[in-house]
Amino acid sequence: MKKTLLCTASVAVATALFATACGSETTTTSADAVVVADAWVKASDTGMTGAFAEIENTGSDDVHIVGASSPSSASTELHEMVSAEGTSMVMQEMGDGLVVPAGTTHTLAPGGDHLMLMDLAEPLRPGSTVSFTLEFADGSTEEFTAQVRDFAGAQEEYVPADGAAHDG
Amino acid sequence: MARFTRRALLGGGVAALGAAGLGAVGGGTAVASRIPEPIGARTVEIHGAHQAGIDTSAQSFASFVALDLADGIDRDGLVGIMRVWAEDARRLTTGMPALGDTEPELAVDPARLTVTVGYGPAVFDAAGLTDLRPAWLKPLPAFPIDRLEERWSGGDLLLQVCADDPVTVSHAVRTLTRSVRSLATVRWIQRGFRRAAGTRPDGTTMRNLMGQVDGTVNPVPHSPDFDRQVWNPGDPPWMAGGTSLVLRRIRMELDTWDELDRPARELAVGRRLSNGAPLTGSEEYDDADFEATDRFGIPVIPPESHVARARPRTGDEQFLRRGYNYDDQDGVGLLFAAYQVDVERQFVPVQQRLAEHDALNPWITPIGSAVFLLPPGFGPDGYPGDVLLGV
Repeated sequence: MKKTLLCTASVAVATALFATACGSETTTTSADAVVVADAWVKASDTGMTGAFAEIENTGSDDVHIVGASSPSSASTELHEMVSAEGTSMVMQEMGDGLVVPAGTTHTLAPGGDHLMLMDLAEPLRPGSTVSFTLEFADGSTEEFTAQVRDFAGAQEEYVPADGAAHDG
Repeated sequence: MARFTRRALLGGGVAALGAAGLGAVGGGTAVASRIPEPIGARTVEIHGAHQAGIDTSAQSFASFVALDLADGIDRDGLVGIMRVWAEDARRLTTGMPALGDTEPELAVDPARLTVTVGYGPAVFDAAGLTDLRPAWLKPLPAFPIDRLEERWSGGDLLLQVCADDPVTVSHAVRTLTRSVRSLATVRWIQRGFRRAAGTRPDGTTMRNLMGQVDGTVNPVPHSPDFDRQVWNPGDPPWMAGGTSLVLRRIRMELDTWDELDRPARELAVGRRLSNGAPLTGSEEYDDADFEATDRFGIPVIPPESHVARARPRTGDEQFLRRGYNYDDQDGVGLLFAAYQVDVERQFVPVQQRLAEHDALNPWITPIGSAVFLLPPGFGPDGYPGDVLLGV
């Protein structure tokens, strides 16, 4: 589903609200401070697949990513890797989203934190482009695009809230 | 040891070769040495009117990789491959890791890396553009000297990956091939080498593994001759700035070549081994005088010698040669790479003439052959062949 127009309007509203509330001070939104680079998605025909990027917070305040969306999937989640009973790591949704401290870069990579496209709307083939929107706690949003590529790894098991394991 | 005299070589009764107009016997000056900089740090710009890796001064290591397209791939899939390869090339040629690079540390020394993409005939069918495929984009005609093996021939797509560092080449090839493996699979890889960078001054003509100076008569990059011989002027418009590649794997029969003494070797080629000078001259870039005769009236450069048979008979029969040596478990030889606007007009007549008769033929065997179209250059937002595929 496409949320692009709604998100653009949200950014404009958020910026206007901050300008009014803070008087002569200019305040940057989380979206203003964040730069997303090196974004890519693992190619997949169906089901779920991972997206990865470098998220840089160039601002002086921490930013808090609370959600993500993409037209390419019915839903998109922020995932982290946790130890499962036994040996291997499994992935699960981040309960409280992701905080990127001021002046740092957070890496989303196979084997670590990543975005998960939970239910692909169509096959994602190498060379195509996937759009994403990151949602921040301050209401701002940041859009970025990612290139789809074949990739051998990133096959972690996914453990949803109900505890049943699925393959990513 | 077998001994060959000029008389013996002429005994075959080859008809006297007409003194057709020859056009410039190429010859360029060696590229001036640069101010030294670390070899690994050097880069080549890959955006522009032409793809890099063609008029680029030949790097020390090359891998030519042919791929076959997956069944049912369409134009979108082809564009996808091109976009991935363009992004990979942008990063790796500037010393940056590729997207999702699992060995980012291998990307730090670009070492003049270039990535040049080629299209085989099947690309036009897959793209639904069969009508636009140039007539010359097909396998070469069969020659009697050929002993072609499927495992070194053909291919739907080509990657020509060159750099002054073999680790850089290897990492680039791995990156480029695995990032699109659901759409194309590797058919063959032909790896070659020249002198390691820094061993000889930049621009020194290479030696092949028979010890011959190989590539003296060659158009000079950025010269009018080079532009005319190599770069398509825009016929058809979407090919402006592109070219073609003929890649032939030439095996050298060195065990029997070993039986020839030095004078016999020089007569077979028509050039001195010491410095590549034609037998009628003293320096590498001296023009060969094919009319010169000795006091017996016998041509100094035998008419069956390689240079005499290879020399152009018309202004068309000229092209860029940018080959590499190979030496692996299957043998030793030359990855012969020729670049021209029109394969049939420029390359085939020369290959035909050499196949009919070339004093070198007993010791060289073509065991692989492939023809590719090299699309024009592209910009920072484009990809190889974007004008053709137009998505």
